[in-house]
Amino acid sequence: MRLSYTKALNRALTDALAADPAVCVFGEDVGAGMAGPTLNLLERFGPGRIVDTPLSEQGFTSMAIGAALTGRRPVVEFQIPSLLFLVFEQLVNQAHKFSLMTGGQAAVPLTCLVPGSGSRDGWAGQHSDHPYGLFAHAGVKTVVPATPTDAYGLLRSAIADPDPVVVFAPAAALPVRETVTWELAPIPLGRARIHRAGSDVTVVAVGHLVHDALAVAEELAPELSVEVFDPRTLYPFDWAALAASLERTGRLVVIDDSNRSCGIGAEVLATAAEEMRLVAPPRRITRPDGAVLPFAPALDRAVQPHREQLRSALRAFGPLRPPYGEGRAR
Amino acid sequence: MTRNGPAAPDPTAPDPAAPGSTGPGSTGLDTVAGRYRMLRLVRGFEELALALVRAGEITGGIHPYVGQEAVAVGVCAALRPQDRITSTHRGHGHVLAKGADPGRLLAELLGRTGGLNRGRGGSMHAADFSLGILGANGMVGAGGAIAVGAAWSARQAGEDRVAVAFFGDGALNQGVLLESFNLAAMWRLPVLFVCEDNGYATTLPAATAVAGSATGRAAAFGIPAVEVDGMDTEAVRAAAAEAVERAADGGGPGFLRCRTYRFEGHHTMERLMKLRYRTPEEVADWRTRDPLPRAAALLPPGLAGQLDASVRQQLDAAREFALASEHPSPERALEHLYADGLRPRAGARA
Repeated sequence: MRLSYTKALNRALTDALAADPAVCVFGEDVGAGMAGPTLNLLERFGPGRIVDTPLSEQGFTSMAIGAALTGRRPVVEFQIPSLLFLVFEQLVNQAHKFSLMTGGQAAVPLTCLVPGSGSRDGWAGQHSDHPYGLFAHAGVKTVVPATPTDAYGLLRSAIADPDPVVVFAPAAALPVRETVTWELAPIPLGRARIHRAGSDVTVVAVGHLVHDALAVAEELAPELSVEVFDPRTLYPFDWAALAASLERTGRLVVIDDSNRSCGIGAEVLATAAEEMRLVAPPRRITRPDGAVLPFAPALDRAVQPHREQLRSALRAFGPLRPPYGEGRAR
Repeated sequence: MTRNGPAAPDPTAPDPAAPGSTGPGSTGLDTVAGRYRMLRLVRGFEELALALVRAGEITGGIHPYVGQEAVAVGVCAALRPQDRITSTHRGHGHVLAKGADPGRLLAELLGRTGGLNRGRGGSMHAADFSLGILGANGMVGAGGAIAVGAAWSARQAGEDRVAVAFFGDGALNQGVLLESFNLAAMWRLPVLFVCEDNGYATTLPAATAVAGSATGRAAAFGIPAVEVDGMDTEAVRAAAAEAVERAADGGGPGFLRCRTYRFEGHHTMERLMKLRYRTPEEVADWRTRDPLPRAAALLPPGLAGQLDASVRQQLDAAREFALASEHPSPERALEHLYADGLRPRAGARA
């Protein structure tokens, strides 16, 4: 079966809705399926469960919290990543805090889905953010799947989870397709995936950048052996898997499509520096500090992490292997 | 389902088909005497809490409900055990009138493990989900749309439950509350919005902050909006009962604007600050409209005194329970952070 990323999200929602009558979907244009993941859900599950909302993000997100507190499992779709700024109060100050503040009386099984996070080429400053680090910082469970299979499995787990989860589906990953010969199934939150094993450098790549990291790793294979580490869940992060990877490689590069200061890349480097085996200073490739994506295509691309930066970061570790692959210089 | 008009003539006879008269979650608010007793309980609870703040036992302070009791008691008297409420930073009255145990609420204010929230929420987040109390809330206006979600949820589940959102006049200027009016009205949800207008958003007079009127805002969304004397328990109950019945019968949301007054400061810090945003005359004038004597006047001679004595006993027991309850241990500070039991990383390496 050929599976696109968006279709995988659609399948995950369909299967979750079919499996549990408490699951429902709120969002703008979800009836028409404007963003893709909710296509045909209204026809199958009806307006009682697929709820087209007015343009009142704070109102309907709060409402979803009220529904989650009283037995429903709402999925809220946001067509634009920047809408998360509008509902930061609802997600961080309300949904995330209910469990602790009520002494464990309340759970908020709420999933927020952002199909098309990060740059979508040409949508400029207010439609191109990638604020996953903000949620990871706040302690909200945060997921950034890179592949259709992971998108399916992680969205299923997010919906089943008793806590709020934000699922970022990077716009640049949406065109990814997979030939799926396996049964799609839930994938536990908090487990990293090693897409490519390597022995010289660990590249932690977030979301769509996994595919760039894989391409660069392949390209540089004659020079160095790169392990491509996809955290999949940014919070809670699979620190044990990263420690195991660095035990093998001792070198770390993070490639992360969000702003540099206080970004998830900073957290990965800090934790590795404090607690893990490193034989060389770690590096990160991110958007610049405080970046606002400019409109013009060349400028938009200029502030996003790109392959050339990853190549040079990897090569900066020095010649780790002689040109013809004989032996090793460590 | 039938409901009563105002002021039942026999103070000890339960109102016909009265809500909350038996079974779990019973609040005893089905009689005039029961409502008076609850007014006294809320008042006495706040006086006790104020004393414990002054004694340094309660940290951080509280937002006293003294003066506004008729709103919580009148509205909750119109509710059934299965109905739900969202409350505010000034929430003790709502929480008690919906049936929460005063000892456990007081223990919560004291940050003890015996508290409603095991000492994790304090005054501003007191909740008892087993009684449909979805929590006091520290953010002004936040409970509105949460109540709308609870109402939507009940309808989805095919359950006969109304949700009540309490909020103050300050919340009338929160966009999300106005959004919640629209959602509730568009979808005809069983919600009662209760605007507890005590005249001030902290120190800002409502007259200088709210353009148009409170009821006008609700009416603009097609929500039937009623003005009610928020110092008159029976009037509040009658208006709430009508709105709750309509909502439960599928008639959509209602809105009450209850004009009331807080006799104490915005919060307990205010006593130390000598603020002058309202005059002593104004406070004294409102004190003449105290809802307690008004409710006591409906009772046969001697009954109010008996009820007061029983409330004193109950509050003595509550105080004893709360002060004897254990302090939580620091190593459990982040317990309950995640419903799935996820343990976050510590702030420093062991």
